[in-house]
Amino acid sequence: MLEALFQYEFLQNAFIVGILIGLIAPLLGVFIVVRRLSLIADALSHVTLAGIAASLLVQKTFVMGATFNPIYVGMAFSVAGSLFIEKLRTVYKHYQELAIPIILSGGIGLSVIFISLADGFNTDLFSYLFGSVSAVSRTDVWTISIIFFIVFAVIFLLYKEWFILSFDEEYAQASGVKVRALHFVFIVLVALVIAASMRIVGILLVSSLMTLPVAASIRIARGFKQALWLSVLFGELAVIVGLFLSYYLNLAPGGTIVLLAVCILIGAIVWRKWKRG
Amino acid sequence: MDDILRIEDVSFRYDDEDVLQHIHFHIPKGAFVGLVGPNGSGKSTLLKCILRLLKPQTGRIFLFGTPIEQFKDWHKIGFVSQKANSFNTGFPATVYEVVASGLAGKLGLFRRLKKSDEKAVYEAIDAVGMSPFIHRNIGELSGGQQQRVFIARAIVSQPEFLILDEPTVGVDVHHVQSFYDMLERLNKQHHMTLLLVTHDIGTITEKVTHVACLNKHLHFHGSVQQFAQLKTEDLASFYGHHLHLLAHDHA
Repeated sequence: MLEALFQYEFLQNAFIVGILIGLIAPLLGVFIVVRRLSLIADALSHVTLAGIAASLLVQKTFVMGATFNPIYVGMAFSVAGSLFIEKLRTVYKHYQELAIPIILSGGIGLSVIFISLADGFNTDLFSYLFGSVSAVSRTDVWTISIIFFIVFAVIFLLYKEWFILSFDEEYAQASGVKVRALHFVFIVLVALVIAASMRIVGILLVSSLMTLPVAASIRIARGFKQALWLSVLFGELAVIVGLFLSYYLNLAPGGTIVLLAVCILIGAIVWRKWKRG
Repeated sequence: MDDILRIEDVSFRYDDEDVLQHIHFHIPKGAFVGLVGPNGSGKSTLLKCILRLLKPQTGRIFLFGTPIEQFKDWHKIGFVSQKANSFNTGFPATVYEVVASGLAGKLGLFRRLKKSDEKAVYEAIDAVGMSPFIHRNIGELSGGQQQRVFIARAIVSQPEFLILDEPTVGVDVHHVQSFYDMLERLNKQHHMTLLLVTHDIGTITEKVTHVACLNKHLHFHGSVQQFAQLKTEDLASFYGHHLHLLAHDHA
């Protein structure tokens, strides 16, 4: 495979994107999981699907539509969905979790309509749903690299604020931390990472890359920083080994990566039980 | 004496229910005030108004002489929330990380911990006697130990005013006395001004310098000596039902 990796540009693209996503998805996922917002990733991935389906419909219907990049449209939908979730969370102050099923079902509804208007599924849509090694272009690499640097920089700069927000929101507010602004930045970044991750793992499995490595790490981590590093380690392990296996065994990369992440999670649970006797 | 906190004619209501009515209240520098009242008397609501987590419909609140709308020095205030007893125990954070998070407000955006801040974290942990547990996850500690960690988080920024909302709820009865001793030490040795919210009148009267009795209205506010002269009937009318004060070992 190493020979093929040097030879084929699509493989290089897939690995670069995989490594970048394997780092930022679990990194952001730690904050998602400890804030008990795991389903937000699912809701936003379905809104992203609506954006992808809309751009594929436009590409099919209009001649000029070919210039519509599904990733950008997916990102726009995802960010809009994240802002809408925030709005709903303020409308339903006492039932904030309601925002997630509302956005999730809305995203699925829109997706189904756009897909049916575009006369059903095609190969392109399948690659977005389940991930594809061959579908990653050089443009995708650049777009995802920019998102990677933004996410990494924001986590580095806002680490202590996001930590305190995740651990004790009321205390953060009482300490003069700008809770709403921080949460806004957080959810927009989640939306961007979800849209960026769909090329490799696919829309339907993207939330798992944000939650499964974290679920494994918090079983064994001592402290928050260790949980962050272990999540990234598990995420990278699942992505890199998953891409190798999917290439050799001709499997869908999304499914392979997620199943490896599940294996790592089971390993972490067993290891913890064994260590505790 | 300078007032750390001054409350002028504050009223607050949730929907149609009056929770606080025309509260006038002040805390002088160096005082240890026990704010007592029955469940639902508005104690926690008053704290939330002081901490700007809720906005009262009428009245004004001053912290260190500044109206809270313009108050910026939140690091001068330490806060131990009632919710500290019901945090996510599965949260993967060590004692050090939790206490260090108490410096977030003081440091401000984008600034990271310096050597002097790290030293302050170690000192705060040491002050509450939690040094042996510094690298343990917070969820692995007992209720009393967790509460000590939250005190350390509140005092790490060296606040001048410490607010505690029913901090002994859920804490083992054996640890309550040593907990109050620690608060007394912070007040007497470190000259910290304290506002302790509790519904347990008997326990605090040996430790505090002032007592305030709240039940929507402020029924009493004075020194602990004046409070001791109140008749049982006065307390019963304020609590809204018959009352016996019992002395017990940890009071």
